[in-house]
Amino acid sequence: MGYLGADYTIKSWLLTTDHKRIGLLYMISITVFFLLGGAAATLLRLELMTPRGDVFGSPDDYNRSFTIHGVFMVFFFLIPGVPAVLGNFLIPLMIGARDLAFPRLNLMSWYIYMIGGLFTLYALVAGGVDTGWTFYTPYSTMFSNTQVIAAALGIFIVGFSSILTALNFIVTIHTMRAPGMTWLRLPLFIWAHYATSLIIVLGTPVLAITIILVAVERLFKVGIFDPAYGGDPLLFQHLFWFYSHPAVYIMILPSFGVISEIVTAFARKKIFGYSFMAGALLAIAVLGFLVWGHHMFVSSQSMYAGMIFSVLSFLVAVPSGIKVFNWTATLYKGSVSFKTPMLYALGFIGLFTIGGLTGLVLSTMATDVHVHDTYFVVAHFHYIMVGGMVMAYLGGLHFWWPKITGRMYSEFWGALSALTVFIGFNLTFFPQFLLGYIGMPRRYYEYPEEYQVLNVMSSAGASVLAVGYMMPLIYLMISLKVGKIAGPNPWAASGLEWETSSPPPTHNFLDTKIVTSGPYDYELQEFADMQREVQEQGIV
Amino acid sequence: MSSPSATVHDNTYGQDDTYLYHHFEDLQQQHESSSLGMWAFLSTEVLFFGGVLGAFAVVQTLYGPAMKAASSHLDPILGAYNTAVLLVSSLAMALAVRASQLRQQRNTVLFLIATIVLGSVFLAVKAYEWNHDYHLGLVPGINFDLERYPGRQILFWSFYFTLTGIHALHMVIGIVIIAIMAVLVQRRWFSGGGATQIEMLGLYWHFVDIVWVFLYPILYLINR
Ligand code: HEM
Ligand SMILES: [Cu+2]
Repeated sequence: MGYLGADYTIKSWLLTTDHKRIGLLYMISITVFFLLGGAAATLLRLELMTPRGDVFGSPDDYNRSFTIHGVFMVFFFLIPGVPAVLGNFLIPLMIGARDLAFPRLNLMSWYIYMIGGLFTLYALVAGGVDTGWTFYTPYSTMFSNTQVIAAALGIFIVGFSSILTALNFIVTIHTMRAPGMTWLRLPLFIWAHYATSLIIVLGTPVLAITIILVAVERLFKVGIFDPAYGGDPLLFQHLFWFYSHPAVYIMILPSFGVISEIVTAFARKKIFGYSFMAGALLAIAVLGFLVWGHHMFVSSQSMYAGMIFSVLSFLVAVPSGIKVFNWTATLYKGSVSFKTPMLYALGFIGLFTIGGLTGLVLSTMATDVHVHDTYFVVAHFHYIMVGGMVMAYLGGLHFWWPKITGRMYSEFWGALSALTVFIGFNLTFFPQFLLGYIGMPRRYYEYPEEYQVLNVMSSAGASVLAVGYMMPLIYLMISLKVGKIAGPNPWAASGLEWETSSPPPTHNFLDTKIVTSGPYDYELQEFADMQREVQEQGIV
Repeated sequence: MSSPSATVHDNTYGQDDTYLYHHFEDLQQQHESSSLGMWAFLSTEVLFFGGVLGAFAVVQTLYGPAMKAASSHLDPILGAYNTAVLLVSSLAMALAVRASQLRQQRNTVLFLIATIVLGSVFLAVKAYEWNHDYHLGLVPGINFDLERYPGRQILFWSFYFTLTGIHALHMVIGIVIIAIMAVLVQRRWFSGGGATQIEMLGLYWHFVDIVWVFLYPILYLINR
């Protein structure tokens, strides 16, 4: 039974240094935070069904609720999601290593994550926070009388967990590759996590110090950011977005890695433009640090700074576009099979494209002035974060589920969930583009009658989306008991992780792997044979 | 990756009795991993201090004269003295690293203790300075005397206490870890003499010292 059956005690899980088990610990924890964040979102959508405030007792409660939603989703689900679960599980397997470079540090980062999470949970239960996930000053430092410090401390702590995970990945990818696994033979999933880790290591400490400055200002009433005391509120926004724009790439780059693996495996073709794909990941990591000012076009930042940030933001779209073009080119003339992971991946490509294109609308200064802080922005980032990251996470979860658990899930329910999520997502968020365009501002709990139709559509879509998300939770659990035995490589996919048993043994491989070629050689006869074999066995 | 225990490093971790964790192929890979990990960690520290130094640079630019006036209440002689103390402590640390590589257990412990003593002297002087600032009514949020120090001077002190505070916190953490290491080396806890661990600790300590080398002119000397 591989690593899962190595020992059954609770202690063997809580003190494990096996990267695969730690990945599962993260999987459970991020799911809990996702459900908590989702519950808050449900309340928000219920409130917005009618123009009057009725679900929440006061606008303050509405503010608390969207803060819970934003904080949990961004810091406790989107950022750790793919790296801490799939990255943790797969990076050593994919490069032929026995574990990450620092297994105990890896366990420690899960504990740090949990401590940060509990802290934040405490803050949100004991009075809540009403600043939004962006903690803009001077509101967060001088005016808000909610649990800002406790929540900020929770986020500060969870930042260390990201930093330690990223550090572990960087070192592992540098020093633990199997013989013959050169940089240009790395799966794109590894490149994606490498690029992400660089951003985490260089960005997160800036958020940490920003949080400290917020806490100092709030505790000692000194004016670092508050203009009334001589501080500069824009300084906060610069520091915050210096981290938080790159953070959006922390959320999406690992997903790019997931999608690249899935698209080649189900198109049975080598990825189109491998080195461009790897280069684009690094280019995004670098350029992502140069565009933060596009969040501040209307914040009295100088016009010239705005123009430069605008142009640089267009530049980020270039490597993002390369990715979409290359996935599409990989599909072209491939023998595509529409299994659940592929359905999620195709959903990702479509939704990410819409999110990226509307990003261009927002990075054009003149149009941004019109839609800034409206539902247009809300729709934009949900298309990328939910339509992108969450789709990729679910796609990856289905793709590697047989590897993680040794079992297949029901393909029927899998395909149905992918479809439901896709439809529900668009019903929820497309109306928000229209709402924003006709002027509905974000973060209000009452609105004029004219906006009601679109809001009701959005809330209705959200309930479809919720059903879509609940389905995998159920049938994946069921698969643990009744799923077909998957065998080492049910998808006939390339990659070292498929060369070991499912679930893999505690030390991953029984022999030392030696790599002699690059990834994704799907055109080779060997893979066609492998595919025929799994089909004959009736596994997929 | 490459062949185990290259000759140059033989004295540091090539010994047969050095513990190799199960997931590494050889000692060289293990050493490279620790070293890269430490450098990556230090790069996060650069960005951490970089964030607040960047913010301070903005304030400096906006309110130069007030910052200079505020800075003149600091004693550059004490600051210079502390800089010297820290530089000598870095020397002691470097000697400890060398001694551990040569497997001189006694010397390793002695140099680690010397580092701790020097680090503590630094903290004592810093505490004296903070106490002095307190008596002058210079601590924002606690007893800042806006009448004696008008205008934006309070901003200087906010940054001064934040910067020296987080630096001192790094020192305290460093001293605690050095103390633990000294005990472990004394008890021959490390199979390989602790050479790798002490080398990493040394990198951290030198980094903390270098931060002070930047803080000293930025805080104490802007008026000179
Ligand atoms: C093609 C690349 C992208 C471009 C050009 C772009 C552009 C923008 C711009 C200009 C804004 C500011 C809009 C405003 O506040 O008026 C914005 C907001 C936002 N974007 Fe993007 N974006 C891109 C990709 C992404 C990605 C990949 C993510 C997340 C994974 C993301 C998440 C967000 C979030 C969370 C916000 C809103 C922040 C807030 O105010 O709460 N964006 N984007
Ligand atoms: Cu941005």
